[in-house]
Amino acid sequence: MLQITCPYCGPRDQDEFTFGGEAHIVRPLDPDSLSEREWGDYLFMRENPKGNHKEQWCHSAACGKWFNVVRDTVTYEIKAIYKVGEQAPEEETCKSHQPEPEND
Amino acid sequence: MQKYSIFSLAKNALSYHKNWEQAWRSPEPKSEYDAIIVGGGGHGLATAYYLAKEHGITNVAVLEKGWIGGGNTGRNTTIVRSNYLWDEAAHLYEKAMKLWEGLSQDLNYNVMFSQRGVFNLGHTLQDMRDIERRVNANRLNGIDGVVMNAEEIKERIPIINTSPNARYPILGASFQPRGGVARHDAVAWGFARGADARGVDIIQNCEVTGFRRENGAVVGVETSKGFIKSNKIGVVAAGHSSVLAEMAELRMPIESHPLQALVSEPMKPVLDTVVMSNAVHGYVSQSDKGELVIGAGVDAYTGYGQRGSLSIIEGNIAAIVELFPIFSRVRQLRQWGGIVDVCPDACPIISKTDVKGLYFNCGWGTGGFKATPGSGWVFAHTIAKDEPHELNAAFDVNRFYTGALIDEHGAAGVAH
Repeated sequence: MLQITCPYCGPRDQDEFTFGGEAHIVRPLDPDSLSEREWGDYLFMRENPKGNHKEQWCHSAACGKWFNVVRDTVTYEIKAIYKVGEQAPEEETCKSHQPEPEND
Repeated sequence: MQKYSIFSLAKNALSYHKNWEQAWRSPEPKSEYDAIIVGGGGHGLATAYYLAKEHGITNVAVLEKGWIGGGNTGRNTTIVRSNYLWDEAAHLYEKAMKLWEGLSQDLNYNVMFSQRGVFNLGHTLQDMRDIERRVNANRLNGIDGVVMNAEEIKERIPIINTSPNARYPILGASFQPRGGVARHDAVAWGFARGADARGVDIIQNCEVTGFRRENGAVVGVETSKGFIKSNKIGVVAAGHSSVLAEMAELRMPIESHPLQALVSEPMKPVLDTVVMSNAVHGYVSQSDKGELVIGAGVDAYTGYGQRGSLSIIEGNIAAIVELFPIFSRVRQLRQWGGIVDVCPDACPIISKTDVKGLYFNCGWGTGGFKATPGSGWVFAHTIAKDEPHELNAAFDVNRFYTGALIDEHGAAGVAH
């Protein structure tokens, strides 16, 4: 289970939130000029990294606002939380604050 | 290969079973192979087995970063069925079903395939309309299936709660009599033994760290045991497919999610079939050891952690206990998560890629176990002939560029 700190409401249980997938996928500015390849990349292709993932969450059971999270997809540790429109934090500031778990 | 039979059992009993030969060797990798399979799960081992058996390509290595069958092959709920809605998926899973039906004999290894039938319950009018449509589609494709009402279900499964006062009352179900379960570890071991006997090298504790490419074609893999040359490489890495795709600078429409399952303490036989419900989200069967094998859903967030959220298990157990009130005091023995590679259309990718000689078999999501032999069979064909078999032609990764998706969310077992 995760505890996520909503930038508007503070720390809450994961059950109050809805996961919104990869963040910073830019909607095409000129859809009419897009090739099939570009459409496919935009709609379906995902980074799906093993490690730090920039992702969208919505505090759906409370304020209803969307925001961005940097989360480690192996340890599930939340490294950073920032509002929509804010710059994503540098990779340096997303280093783990916890000791590495034993690899079992 | 030492054949397993009643006679070999009796013969080895005389020497207190101390002289059985190993089921497969543990060789060091050669410097070059005709084909390399990355991933030693059921699908990868089946691919190697059918490469050797059907296509005569025996100079093959299976590279596994951990131990064979230690990923999702050892973590699933062992259900086998082929009642998919769309033609493409139905034909693919039915191919697997036909292979399952002769697999123990073919491998000379008891995979304990038990055709005890699979129920897919419906709890709303729309569920029942979908079930009737799917059963009709199945029968037109030559796949067995019947629609049952609540009374017929109760007759077949006396312990199920068909009360109309239930929170989500059971209105009916589809039933596939040829569906059932198989022993998941035995599937990996049987394919490993069969492939090894035909000359395939199974190399465990060997992690692939990169693909070497020249002029747009793959020429080998970098591994924790050094560089190994091959111009045909098949990747079958389930939840880690995106990680391997990135090594080859390919993009995949895959997101990896934790999917949980759990087993109870062993009990006397109480449930002799498989019961699944998409609407309340749970599925259950009883293993030969007597444990209830219960499948839950995926966590909504992506993850590689092989563990999931407790809230998923809570919802899952609530659904199972409502379906089977008799299970309310059964204690759970253990719970775990596997990392499933989910595709946007809930269908797999069994495909050539933009890199010549590099093939991907992934995206099976929450329901890959049932397809194990069929997946290996079509992927072996794709690698051997450098073109897909007609059964997997529609499962090309380019469908995400052409738009020819195969929307199987309705039949994929768990709702995503």
